[in-house]
Amino acid sequence: MSLSDKELKEIAYLARINIDKKDFPALKAELDQILNLFDKLNSADTDKVEAMSHPLNLSQPTRKDVVTEPDQRSKLQASAPLVKSGLFIVPKVIEGEN
Amino acid sequence: MELHELTLKEQLEGLKSSSFTSVELTEHYLKRIKKIDPEINSYITITEDLALSQAKEADTRYNNKNPLDLDGIPIAHKDIFCTENILTTCGSKMLSDFIAPYSSTVVSKFIEKGTVMLGKTNMDEFAMGSSNETSYFGAVKNPWNKEYVPGGSSGGSAACVAAGLAPAATATDTGGSIRQPAALCGLTGIKPTYGRVSRYGMIAFASSLDQGGVLTRSAEDAAILMNVMSGYDPKDSTSLNVEVPDFSQEIGKPISGLKIGIPIELFEQDMPDYVRKNTNEAIDIFKELGAEIKEISFPNIDLSLPVYYVLAPAECSANLSRYDGVRYGYRCEDPKDIEDLYMRTREEGFGSEVKRRILIGTYALSAGFYDAYYLKAQKCRQLIANDFSEAFNSVDVILSPTTPGTSFKAGEKTNDPIEMYLQDIFTIPANLAGLPGISFPCGNHKDLPLGLQLVGNSLEEGKLLMAAHHFQQTTNWHKDMPKV
Repeated sequence: MSLSDKELKEIAYLARINIDKKDFPALKAELDQILNLFDKLNSADTDKVEAMSHPLNLSQPTRKDVVTEPDQRSKLQASAPLVKSGLFIVPKVIEGEN
Repeated sequence: MELHELTLKEQLEGLKSSSFTSVELTEHYLKRIKKIDPEINSYITITEDLALSQAKEADTRYNNKNPLDLDGIPIAHKDIFCTENILTTCGSKMLSDFIAPYSSTVVSKFIEKGTVMLGKTNMDEFAMGSSNETSYFGAVKNPWNKEYVPGGSSGGSAACVAAGLAPAATATDTGGSIRQPAALCGLTGIKPTYGRVSRYGMIAFASSLDQGGVLTRSAEDAAILMNVMSGYDPKDSTSLNVEVPDFSQEIGKPISGLKIGIPIELFEQDMPDYVRKNTNEAIDIFKELGAEIKEISFPNIDLSLPVYYVLAPAECSANLSRYDGVRYGYRCEDPKDIEDLYMRTREEGFGSEVKRRILIGTYALSAGFYDAYYLKAQKCRQLIANDFSEAFNSVDVILSPTTPGTSFKAGEKTNDPIEMYLQDIFTIPANLAGLPGISFPCGNHKDLPLGLQLVGNSLEEGKLLMAAHHFQQTTNWHKDMPKV
């Protein structure tokens, strides 16, 4: 198993992590090494095995659909990089007038 | 004897009998931290003012004859646990300015019992690492030999307790992050059953594997702290709503007749002679104590490492998508559009091991590979869990070394991710099956400590603590402290 430049670029985009082109060879080598580790899984016979997604085979508890948390907008926004009038500010995402 | 040489239990007795005050105890630790920690780097944040005010309050309660259960006991918290109004970094540049708006359930429980918070301990970035070299706040040194690593990811918690800079510390374990540093630093470390300790406010890495626990200097101390941490929490949907035994009582139960399983496949593997010799000596001690030793088989144990390195990165790639530079945490300078904001924030805010795991996880979950990797790994996870179920039909606990050897030199494994991942080969299976595990000191090699691991059946932390406690009644390895 070895990743192509195109594949690495695609994964990095899906993960929204910018990767410098010059780091591609070293990173690909490391990732290939990890992916090769996964070959071992093919040796296991899992035809009749159910996938285990969680260590506890319990059903998830539910609660009444009512508000339980108090409004703490300003406290929760205190750690945000950029806030204005109680809103998170990001670069413009909708085309149109300024 | 100096105050930091006492165990947590002895300190509690000292406070109750007014041999010393919490302020004296706290000041003693703060002084040691200032003197010794600049070299060890076990703390990211020292909460001196808070600690002293909490200590004063504890002393007042002692004077008024109404102390809380752990009143005045200093403790350090891994920087993965959110602490209200206190910096909580998870060892990452991404959260290097993050002041948590609320406290994790674990921290709240410790505060309710009167403990004093000394500070927040260093860790591998987002708990990804086995040497504490991936922290944005610098590597942590092993107090036994400063050229060596303390293990990880709870390396700061382990180093601070080993160096006598806190009597105990909270920690977390996703694939061995409590037990491996416990082994490398000569401590007792317990990872409880998945769901025993609330994950509310514990920054997520791999949600189906993460579990909070403690690092202490004895099984007795671990039992005291497990009594505080354990229990149902409606704020964590995976928290187990089951009764919690009094672990301090559990450790006093007799060991005779305890059935200890030895996985034959594990001992057939290559391991250094000193590890094999030491483990066999530990087995002999358990025999003398009256335990029964039985060989068991773990046919699928070889699948553990690949299963873990598909599932943990897959879960981390989803969990860490929240770090987008919008709501909290680091944001890159002058983003030209929203894509650029995401891409550069995550490029600059995450370290290389975290990025590697996010990329692997993204790949394993991507269309076309989901069945071959993720689904296949989940099926193999079930096979490993079945091996455990089978084993617990005939034994109570399963014994192995905690790690493939003693600590290694800083820098030795940083360029080889697989070599680093192999550190957790003995600890990962318990996380995959959600089972409790404990590591405690069982010897040393060239002046570096070695750990022994016991894994128990679901919710049987009591048996693990009991066995470790009996072991510590006849051995002195856990009493050794490094000269710092």
